[in-house]
Amino acid sequence: MKVKQISVFLENKSGRLAKVTRILGDNRINIRALSIADTTDYGILRLIVSEPAKALSVLKAEGFTVRETEVIAVEVPDQPGGLAGVLEEIQAKGVNIEYMYAFVGKSLENAIVIFRVEEIDQAIALLKNTQVKLLPEERVYSL
Amino acid sequence: MWSPEYESMSRQRLEDLQLKRLKATVERVYQHVPFYREKMKKQGIKPEDLQSLSDLKYFPFTTKDDLRENYPFGLFAVGMDDVVRIHASSGTTGRMTVVGYTKNDINIWSEVMARSISSAGGGPRDRIQVSYGYGLFTGGLGVHYGAELLGAMVVPVSGGNTKRQIQVMQDFGITILACTPSYALYMAETAAEMGVDLRTLPLKIGIFGAEPWTEQMRREIETKMGIKAYDIYGLSEIIGPGVAIECQEQNGLHINEDHFLTEIIDPQSGEVLPYGEKGELVFTTLTKEAFPLIRYRTRDLSLLYPEACVCGRTFARMHRILGRTDDMLIIRGVNVFPSQIESVLLENGDVSPHYQLVVDRKDNLDDLEVWVEVSEAMFASEVRKLEQLNKNIKQKIESTLGINVRVKLVEPKTIQRSEGKAKRVIDRRELYQN
Repeated sequence: MKVKQISVFLENKSGRLAKVTRILGDNRINIRALSIADTTDYGILRLIVSEPAKALSVLKAEGFTVRETEVIAVEVPDQPGGLAGVLEEIQAKGVNIEYMYAFVGKSLENAIVIFRVEEIDQAIALLKNTQVKLLPEERVYSL
Repeated sequence: MWSPEYESMSRQRLEDLQLKRLKATVERVYQHVPFYREKMKKQGIKPEDLQSLSDLKYFPFTTKDDLRENYPFGLFAVGMDDVVRIHASSGTTGRMTVVGYTKNDINIWSEVMARSISSAGGGPRDRIQVSYGYGLFTGGLGVHYGAELLGAMVVPVSGGNTKRQIQVMQDFGITILACTPSYALYMAETAAEMGVDLRTLPLKIGIFGAEPWTEQMRREIETKMGIKAYDIYGLSEIIGPGVAIECQEQNGLHINEDHFLTEIIDPQSGEVLPYGEKGELVFTTLTKEAFPLIRYRTRDLSLLYPEACVCGRTFARMHRILGRTDDMLIIRGVNVFPSQIESVLLENGDVSPHYQLVVDRKDNLDDLEVWVEVSEAMFASEVRKLEQLNKNIKQKIESTLGINVRVKLVEPKTIQRSEGKAKRVIDRRELYQN
């Protein structure tokens, strides 16, 4: 149930994001979802891509500081209150969320949200048999 | 002149005195300090081989590493009961460089400092504000004791609290200021902000040292403060401030040669260079008891000129410091080695840290920024963790160096590499001029 996210360290300099996406594009890697956390000096780019292992190696080869991070992908009912319901359940199980971001919209009946949580294995176990629907990784990469 | 019988003695008489004192020092360290005895034995040389001053070149050098390896008291030549004072400065890898003084050493230090203040035009009627730090650093207490011996009124303000410094200067009728040149500039700026015109105060002399500075800085300080500013040189290993100072001519620093024998060497070959050639300053103490040093390599670059000076002093002059043979930086009066930053990063789990020190002077205060390339091992996808990393590095560097830094995390290969070797320091202050 664990999904591999590619995290890239980016300095706040013009053209860095364009460079990363160009490298991925040239290697025919498709971006499924992304988010950027930014601070004054730097940003952290988080990506869900079609081929995480390949993305990791091509970005490394281009000199980026890049890491694989384990996250979970949750199906969220695409209706008012859908995300609130999921978050309430996660909270009820005592799982701490580090950060989260939504999938780029696709014509699916449900929305997909990526969560980075503390203690991921424990979190997966806790969320089993709840209303929170986790997506298997192969499905996420190919969405 | 404080001690004309020495300061203006003929070169011949001076050299006779130096040889006599040098022989005694070499004999003493051979007898009392195993480190020197073994080093001389290794070199196949004995104290009695010293027949003239030029024979000194056959004796081994002493380096900062030697001092560190003999931490803390291994190079002391007297029993600890005779030591009345300890000073220390930060070293390259965390270990301090420790020096000791007997009662007589303190007297000699006071003597050379009294001469120095006198050389800058000070006397018993002056009021000296000592804004060098007091403590393990030699600056504060060194100037303090010399000023007292001179009979001047000492105001031991130490560093910091700049507004109070200006207040003291104004209210106490200060005539001489002693501090680092960068702090003097900062004080001038603070005074202007406070609406105090330093040029209208009794202040007339500045004795500035403990860090490199330029002629341009001197002119700026002199204009802003309405004073004459003198360059003083010293290092704790040799004695502290008072090794050399400019006279009224402001044309080179007279070395107190009756106490400190000076050589200029080629930093690569170690060969002694003739007068007038640029090289590394090497000092041998001639009178110190607790912590004598034979041929101590300062890593400071300068050149010597022995010509008599119109001031009447016969002591040779050294040029203001022209640079360093190593990568040591002086930031806000504190010695900083890039290797200290490296060891902090290694401790932090970074196996091959890439980093760079960017030093600048902003509003007349030294500013240190440390750029650290983020390696995979350090990297995390959470901002919280990277900020924690930044904070950890910052705190560790600050506790190692004792000065504030800003840490900036940068992408790999951001730091300029020349011929595969990273450039560790960018110093935008341009403190050395040729």
